[in-house]
Amino acid sequence: MAKILMKGNEAIAEAAIRAGCRFFFGYPITPQTEVPEYMAARMPEIGGCFLQAESEVAAINMVYGAAGTGVRVMTSSSSPGVSLKQEGISYIAGAELPCVIINVMRGGPGLGGIQASQGDYFQSTRGGGHGDYRCIVYAPASVQEVVDLMGVAFDAADQYRCPAMIVADGIIGQMMEPVELPEPYEYKVDTEKKPWAATGWKPGDKKERAVINSLYIEVDELHELNTRLQARYREIEKNEVRYEVYGDEDAELVVCAYGTVARICKAAIDELRDKGLKVKLIRPITLWPFPVDCVKAAAEAPEVKAVLTVELNAGQMLEDVKLAVNGAKPVEFLGNPGSKMPTVEEICEKLLAMSKGEE
Amino acid sequence: MAVVFEKTNMLTDAPFHYCPGCTHGVIHRLAAEVVEEMGLQEKAVGVAPVGCAVFAYRYFNCDMFEAAHGRAPAVATGVKRARPDACVFTYQGDGDLASIGTAEIVHAAHRGEKITTIFVNNAIYGMTGGQMAPTTLVGQKTSTSPYGRDKDWCGAPIRMSEMLATIEGAAFIERVALNNNANIVKAKKAIRKAFECQMAGKGFSMVEVLSTCPTNWGMNPVEAMKWLEENMIPYYPLGNFREVQ
Repeated sequence: MAKILMKGNEAIAEAAIRAGCRFFFGYPITPQTEVPEYMAARMPEIGGCFLQAESEVAAINMVYGAAGTGVRVMTSSSSPGVSLKQEGISYIAGAELPCVIINVMRGGPGLGGIQASQGDYFQSTRGGGHGDYRCIVYAPASVQEVVDLMGVAFDAADQYRCPAMIVADGIIGQMMEPVELPEPYEYKVDTEKKPWAATGWKPGDKKERAVINSLYIEVDELHELNTRLQARYREIEKNEVRYEVYGDEDAELVVCAYGTVARICKAAIDELRDKGLKVKLIRPITLWPFPVDCVKAAAEAPEVKAVLTVELNAGQMLEDVKLAVNGAKPVEFLGNPGSKMPTVEEICEKLLAMSKGEE
Repeated sequence: MAVVFEKTNMLTDAPFHYCPGCTHGVIHRLAAEVVEEMGLQEKAVGVAPVGCAVFAYRYFNCDMFEAAHGRAPAVATGVKRARPDACVFTYQGDGDLASIGTAEIVHAAHRGEKITTIFVNNAIYGMTGGQMAPTTLVGQKTSTSPYGRDKDWCGAPIRMSEMLATIEGAAFIERVALNNNANIVKAKKAIRKAFECQMAGKGFSMVEVLSTCPTNWGMNPVEAMKWLEENMIPYYPLGNFREVQ
């Protein structure tokens, strides 16, 4: 298929439809509003369902209801709205339901701003709501990548019966890039694969009636749920880690960055190569599960002096990088909370200083 | 021996956890009987609330969801949109529906969501041990209104049926009570009409059931029923508030 020019948010919506999503529940909030707008126009054309909910809280609970029937369902929002969804996401995780949640991140805290940010790393990768749960979290760095990850996210959500999140910073949502869209995929609920789904039941049926629930009032039963979830999360850690490595194999410095920030880091790495400094970028594509082994191995390489984490926040992935490096090498940080994007010049300057052993 | 009475197959054999004298059991049975009598069991999907009826998914013998506090109408919306032929109902108490879940119930009604809500109003939070609800009567003592509900401080009790009846998308709204046999028969008729309204695709339907909570009211069941008649019914008049033909 030929490449077409698409705005990130619209590409997100179209890619979701092509991944078999026929149910979308959302609420307007900048900078993700083109997702529901696109869905509102497109879903009726293909017999799907777009519904504007009264709030993000309601939207995520509608997702819970639809997901419980086995269909592919999605919601999208932006940081303050995703905060409101956290209760529902926790219930979805507890009830072991698959769905996809888009967060086109903007600056915080509070109402914050409407420019791009990566301030929701902690919220996305630590669960976000109450209880011990995880979402699989993807961080695309281009419009093409968010398109490619949509099918991956729906498949992973179904496979592991858990919510999958795509956290795109506001730039990914708002910018236009050429994309190649995948062929449309028609998803049909398969009761063999989703025996837990509420697809209808009558007395005498071979399968049990569906009970979509996250309440386990007995300590032992709750323990059993959590044991099951944790075992699943270990499987995800084993199978679903995604990352990109860019730059020189024999680099003396390692940079960790994701999303739009990683693209700026690539430009800095190219510039530094011309100046004779070799730097390697590790770009996590899954923020959870985090590419621990890759970062650890890179940091432990004898030629590597130090690691730099660059983020559009006050240093959130920094904690995961430090855990992975585990003291093997110094880990430094460059970034800004809010939406003030680090520049190529700032990154180059920082890496040059690190190369010279300056703080 | 001739069988003169059988429990509806729409209820499981799980024993109810409800307190003695509580009317939840009767309400469960009425709703379950209606669904079975209408031949809707195979299509039925129920959504349980947070509150005393949190375990309703154990009792209704059909596909069931357990929702977060107040969110049952939104969950039911997701189910109904994904399965438009299903018979979808929520079962909610007054804390769930009239306090934390007001946005969800108002907008489900406003959209004319084709679901049926059984709303159990017993003027108190039961499960957490008897706190003030939005429906608690003025002067009524609860653990969070120990001197009696003060209207100036926390407002007058909210009348949900009257409020929802002003919404165009609501097709059937009726308030009933279970204080005598005649009213129990009327309650079942109202519940049937509400489900019929849903299946006819007319819009949102709700039956508010005035219910007793002897445990948290600090009364025996007979006293509680008398208190309901003397205090609740005058403030929450019984009857139909909206029926779209």
